[in-house]
Amino acid sequence: MTTVRLTRRALASAGVAAGIALAATAGVAWAQSVTLLNVSYDPTRELYQDFNAAFIKHWKAKTGKDVAIKQSHGGSGKQGRSVIDGLPADVVTLALAYDIDAIHERAKLIPADWQKRLPNNSSPYTSTIVFLVRKGNPKGIKDWGDLVKDGVQVVTPNPKTSGGARWNYLAAWAYALRQPGGTEASAKEFVTKLFKNVPVLDPAARGALTTFTERGIGDVFLSWENEAHLATKELGPDKYDIIVPVSSILAEPPVTIVDTNVDKQGTREVAQAYLEYLYSPEGQDIAGKHYYRPRDPKAAEKYKAQLSPVQLFTIDEVFGGWQKAQKTHFSDGGTFDQIYTKR
Amino acid sequence: MAAAITRRVLPGFGLSLGFTLAYLSLIVLVPLAAVFVKTATLSFSEFWAIVSTPRVVATYRLSFGASLLAAAINVVFGVLLAWSLVRYSFPGKKLIDALVDLPFALPTAVAGISLTALYAKNGWLGQYLEPLGIKVAFTPLGVLVALVFIGLPFVVRTVQPVLEDLDVEFEEAAASLGATRWQTVYRVVIPTLLPAILTGFALAFARAVGEYGSVIFIAGNLPMVSEITPLIIITKLEQYDYVGATAVAAVMLVASFILLLLINALQAWTRRSARRIT
Repeated sequence: MTTVRLTRRALASAGVAAGIALAATAGVAWAQSVTLLNVSYDPTRELYQDFNAAFIKHWKAKTGKDVAIKQSHGGSGKQGRSVIDGLPADVVTLALAYDIDAIHERAKLIPADWQKRLPNNSSPYTSTIVFLVRKGNPKGIKDWGDLVKDGVQVVTPNPKTSGGARWNYLAAWAYALRQPGGTEASAKEFVTKLFKNVPVLDPAARGALTTFTERGIGDVFLSWENEAHLATKELGPDKYDIIVPVSSILAEPPVTIVDTNVDKQGTREVAQAYLEYLYSPEGQDIAGKHYYRPRDPKAAEKYKAQLSPVQLFTIDEVFGGWQKAQKTHFSDGGTFDQIYTKR
Repeated sequence: MAAAITRRVLPGFGLSLGFTLAYLSLIVLVPLAAVFVKTATLSFSEFWAIVSTPRVVATYRLSFGASLLAAAINVVFGVLLAWSLVRYSFPGKKLIDALVDLPFALPTAVAGISLTALYAKNGWLGQYLEPLGIKVAFTPLGVLVALVFIGLPFVVRTVQPVLEDLDVEFEEAAASLGATRWQTVYRVVIPTLLPAILTGFALAFARAVGEYGSVIFIAGNLPMVSEITPLIIITKLEQYDYVGATAVAAVMLVASFILLLLINALQAWTRRSARRIT
């Protein structure tokens, strides 16, 4: 009896000890290898692949800890919605501030002043909208004004579903508004004319690019600058030319940590470092390499050749911020609906 | 006495019905109810304003119109196909039989992309159609083509087994009783097949109304011209307008439900009259 009881007790304590040991090792292992989830939009896939590798190395050198980074890509709006619905993103790096604002408004996962927490409106790199045309530019497209000419077909995704297309739309609107004698009415007329030249509205940027390149539809594709470069590099520089208009919109794709999630997951420190590293010389260099416009003058100088100078205006200057622009132009009954329903 | 009446060969009516109801609720009713609960947060005038904007109404026309038309086209050619597969034997019949199911199995995006590639102006078919003035890709016609493609198996697979059961002797009997060929088809074959044809029609229609993946690539998606209702729902979701999206979804659900109910009633009626004939 005693022996049996003894063994039993021994077994039990051994079990407990083993359990504790297991838990401890698991805990240590867990603490050492932290995983970050970066929820981003479509065209940043290649950029963050490179950047993540660099950051993992940097973090190891700085703290001796391992960090794994997972990426999720998709349309900016859809990605924002996933985070609102509970995707445990540590950081979000989306196409426009409006989608991140929604994370504050709808789910309160971040504070209202999230965009003031990092330098440059929390946008470590910028981009702009340029024109991708067929080789030799047979329709002679030089600036926004050429897009409304008869016989020019313009391909752009649907501004209602694509973040990039909203930049396209606003850039065209702002161009017309900034012409001598430009008014809201003349801008609307210009954009209405432009969209009469649009034969197909794909829901997302990559699909629209396919329509332009593979289906041979359209004379000009309104594109993110980095997508235009990627497309010419991937699909052959002998097929397409990039035309940089005289003026265009300064697209600021912002980044932020998702406070509620990083606090729950205990990843605030590394997530913060991850975003700050985007502003470091190395982060800026990677952004430039992937055809984003770096904020850092040194990196900007290095990639000057591939990022032609263009007069840039910001959404705050022309439209008074994203919330206002969204409401006036893209909400139900906004200008985009009007140009299609009042023909 | 009552107990004697309800006694069955196999027991378990209560259990199986209970399970059926619980299962249906979990899989079908609860998600659908969520749509209506969300929609109910709107007042009726708000709801009406959302679902009756010209742009949304244009999509109902395209979605329901093209779906009905596609289902009708599938009925004609699906029955023809089923007839050939059942009544004749020819080399490669097994292969064609298997091909019919492909639209079931293919991811819809793949179907959409290949159809678009085919019918775009630089595609295999598009390059010959465009000079004739027929534009398929990026027009409502393209939507129809995609819906016909995904709906075909439904008609073939519902008609085929019924046709297999329909003995040739019936037709021979009709002929020996002096029926003309057309009368045989019209009075004997069609009435027998009609319930199955209607089921196939309903299934093809239902599938077409809800189809998103394949249509989106070929539609062109121009507001007022080639937008389908599911795209409106997605569009509203992209703008965080959950309530607006569910409102449109509710309209689609109710409309589809009524149409399907009508088709089912029609089918029950034809089944009764078919029984009277045979």
